Amino acid sequence: MSTKPGWDVEPLLDAMMRSLAPWCQEAETGMIGIYTGGAWIARRLHAAMGLDLPLGEVDISFYRDDFSHIGLHPQVRASHIPFDVDGRQIILVDDVCYTGRTVRAAMNEIFDYGRPARIILAVLVDRGGRELPIQPDVAALRLTPVPGEAIKLTGPEPLCLELRQVEGRP
Amino acid sequence: MRKALHFGDAGTQHGADGRLRHLLSMEGLRDREILHILDTAESFLEIGQRVIKKTPTLRGRTIVNLFFENSTRTRSTFELAAKRLSADVLNIAVSTSSQSKGESLLDTVDNLRAMHVDGFVIRHPEAGAAHQVARHVGGEALVINAGDGQHAHPTQALLDVFTIRHYRGPMENLVVAIVGDVLHSRVARSQIYALSILGCPEIRVIGPRTLVPAELSALGVHVYHDLDAGLQGADVVCALRLQRERMEAHRLPSLDEYHRRFGLTSQRLEKAAPGALVLHPGPINRGVEIASELADGPQSVILAQVTHGLAVRMAVLTLLAGALGGEEE
Repeated sequence: MSTKPGWDVEPLLDAMMRSLAPWCQEAETGMIGIYTGGAWIARRLHAAMGLDLPLGEVDISFYRDDFSHIGLHPQVRASHIPFDVDGRQIILVDDVCYTGRTVRAAMNEIFDYGRPARIILAVLVDRGGRELPIQPDVAALRLTPVPGEAIKLTGPEPLCLELRQVEGRP
Repeated sequence: MRKALHFGDAGTQHGADGRLRHLLSMEGLRDREILHILDTAESFLEIGQRVIKKTPTLRGRTIVNLFFENSTRTRSTFELAAKRLSADVLNIAVSTSSQSKGESLLDTVDNLRAMHVDGFVIRHPEAGAAHQVARHVGGEALVINAGDGQHAHPTQALLDVFTIRHYRGPMENLVVAIVGDVLHSRVARSQIYALSILGCPEIRVIGPRTLVPAELSALGVHVYHDLDAGLQGADVVCALRLQRERMEAHRLPSLDEYHRRFGLTSQRLEKAAPGALVLHPGPINRGVEIASELADGPQSVILAQVTHGLAVRMAVLTLLAGALGGEEE
């Protein structure tokens, strides 16, 4: 496995915040990060944007559509949404948008807490390859990795975005 | 100690790939496996506080509760656990009088296998019943022992260590006392294994000589026949249910006498560490093994154990179902 030089995440976070600013004018907009990478990004955005409501975080392990094939992820954390999602606008944050399956699982989980008025999807990287009709509203970076390349966010401090060569399916 | 109390074929629990496939007893489990179950249960505890207490995890799976003995708490929490995971649940209560021995148990199981069920939760008066079913079905379905004779009740022990960890953190620094009829208790056996595997440095058992097996002291468990001495400085006190049929077997003089000598009361508990936790697997015999004022008091976590039991059973079902079909035989 080789690693190419990474991207500077800070300007990407700034770009996400600029794009999200118009959405955040709506009072009591909630933000939810998807474990693990999405939660790291959401913590940074949430702190910098000064949203009123506390940050929510979800672990989608119990909602994955491939559970019956691969079983449970070895490390499951408790989801925690410390505000009422019912009737609220919610910014859902993930690090990389790929097949769309993670976002679908996260939305299914959020709906088990209530019925949000609207969900906005904000990601650091849109790498294409969608298998479901799900598109980010905000993406700081668009990449088209070739087969065998994977995008990896490491963190939480420092946040580091890399394109890696992997064997098998990216 | 793990070897000395070894029962049957604990190796049945793991598949050839080393993954936990059935939950039959605490012996044979590794500490990291127990911790993984407890960590997963923490996530399920959170789901129990939501408006919609359900996840799609086991959608399309069928779990059978096969109970050859009465149970309210264990059966209903297993049922609710499976339902909250979106599984379909079949509850079968078999009166033991209509059953003879092993052969008909496996006949019952084979009929359910013909319906392509994915899991069996089994309670049976004979030790080893769940092991027998697990060996029979292999990797085709998951098997959870919900109590077999006087042998094991692993999910009870898991919910007990979950509760202890929830309130007191890791077992490594705790003195835990188990009080009552240890001899006949599958709960106590499983508790002792679970605590021991998780590194509890001092496990005590307290009870009359007729109800505490002497060999326990040779296994590193501290045996007491005096309640006050045994409670001294204990951080956690696990009461056991006194089964009244023991009285008929003349192992006990009378319930009053038992309560006077081994019944837990707030006053007796003063010997334990300040704020010691009090656990009981239920159903409680008020005024026998535990006084009402203590069972309902601030140190009691008896109802929290029920809540935790649901989360722990959801975790066990999820982990075992996740290993289903992962290995061809």
